[in-house]
Amino acid sequence: MRARIPALLLLALGVLVGCANTNLRGTGDLGVVIERATGSVQILDTTHRTSLAKVDGLGDLSHASISYSRDARYAYVFGRDGGLTKVDLLTQRIDRRIIQGGNSIGGAISADGKLVAVANYEPGGVKVFDADTLSLVADIPAIGSDGKHSKVVGLVDAPGHRFVFSLYDAGEIWVADMRDPSQPVLRKLTGIGKEPYDGMITSDGRHYAAGLFGEDGVALLDLWDLDAGVRRALVEFGRHGEKLPVYKMPHLEGWATTGSQIVLPAVGKHEVIIADQNSWKEVARIPVAGQVVFAVARPGGREVWLNFAFPHNDTVQVVDLPSRRIVQTLTPGKGVLHLEFSPRGEQVWLSLRDENRIDIYDPDSFARIGTLPAESPSGIFFTVRAHRIGL
Amino acid sequence: MRILTTAGMVIGMAFSSAFADSPPLDPQRQNELVRLVRQDCGSCHGMELRGGLGPALTPQILKDKPATTLVSTILHGRPGTPMPPWKNFLSESEADWIVDNLQKGFPDAR
Repeated sequence: MRARIPALLLLALGVLVGCANTNLRGTGDLGVVIERATGSVQILDTTHRTSLAKVDGLGDLSHASISYSRDARYAYVFGRDGGLTKVDLLTQRIDRRIIQGGNSIGGAISADGKLVAVANYEPGGVKVFDADTLSLVADIPAIGSDGKHSKVVGLVDAPGHRFVFSLYDAGEIWVADMRDPSQPVLRKLTGIGKEPYDGMITSDGRHYAAGLFGEDGVALLDLWDLDAGVRRALVEFGRHGEKLPVYKMPHLEGWATTGSQIVLPAVGKHEVIIADQNSWKEVARIPVAGQVVFAVARPGGREVWLNFAFPHNDTVQVVDLPSRRIVQTLTPGKGVLHLEFSPRGEQVWLSLRDENRIDIYDPDSFARIGTLPAESPSGIFFTVRAHRIGL
Repeated sequence: MRILTTAGMVIGMAFSSAFADSPPLDPQRQNELVRLVRQDCGSCHGMELRGGLGPALTPQILKDKPATTLVSTILHGRPGTPMPPWKNFLSESEADWIVDNLQKGFPDAR
């Protein structure tokens, strides 16, 4: 009897250790989709093309985006209601959640993984949080040189411990030096153009570009040389013909950079613009099915996939960059809100809001290779983003 | 008496036609409009209509604004701002219905 108990204990321990081992997994093939109407997310697995879990209780996600911790375990979800929720992809639970502002639009995480910054519309500004605890580290109200609060858009992380963002109402770009996180040092570039509606950073981390709604072109900042100031690029592309109504603002985070070229949605035109990434000069313009919302390059950069604003949001087009032609037009279903490639680009996942599902396509054959149910899905974010500059 | 009644009916018909030149919206179209406002207007104004890049469209914000101005903004947009015209997708009576419901508190899509 005395001998039996240790044996049983050993057996039990062995079972426990065995369990722990079988539960070990990486996160490199995981991702998250936002379910905008229900305030929930699903955790996705691109290897098995499946959903692993649904996580509820994230508030108003009618506009939401995600940054990942640098170990790709945690997703920081920025919600419309000012919620900042840290979701653990491994335990499939909310790790922490705060309401940090009134109305937020997006965020970014610092390269060292320590700081999470959130851009807010109301009251306009940027708040910076400790990535572990979500406690407030710095608060940067966005009061423009006109003395008024401004909505903040296009927040990115830039090399050199900096966050960069644009003030929509004031028409400014601010660079916040975060070397002392509690005391950001601001560099304010004013008069950069009317109504910057979103911003992006190139994949090499050198240029920050803000798209202008109220004027032609983009405001371009060389982050290697702030003293050179902001210059206007791609002015010519807004100047041809009448502008069409825009039923949804393009997203610039999706501006595809493909080696030496950058592909941008034209604003108020049913066109994409291909520009040279060194000179920022237009090299071609391609007519497409509607107002582009996202232009997303397939990893490798040969093709760019496009989705469109209402009323063309049932359509997806594929641009082949070497020939500069549309090589495929798909109509996957109503309300194509977003598209995301797997890390090496052998799959592309589309969220179909009005169909309540996610479709998975093979970008070589354009065949649908999977489908998953989701409630009003919007943004799809794979963990490969953890290791991209800017996000 | 009969003449009076007829006159009253004529006046009544003329009156109602001035306010609704098309039949009332059927429930299916109403559902489509709720979805359109929440999802597509929601791109800028927020799905909860509490504002985003565009202003909030809550009853508190809209209740004192003249309905005709709001209907005109929906149909024709606001030049110089990102607000686009919706006249290719909405009739005047549909825009009326949207404004009326925004001012009362917009129905839930769920």
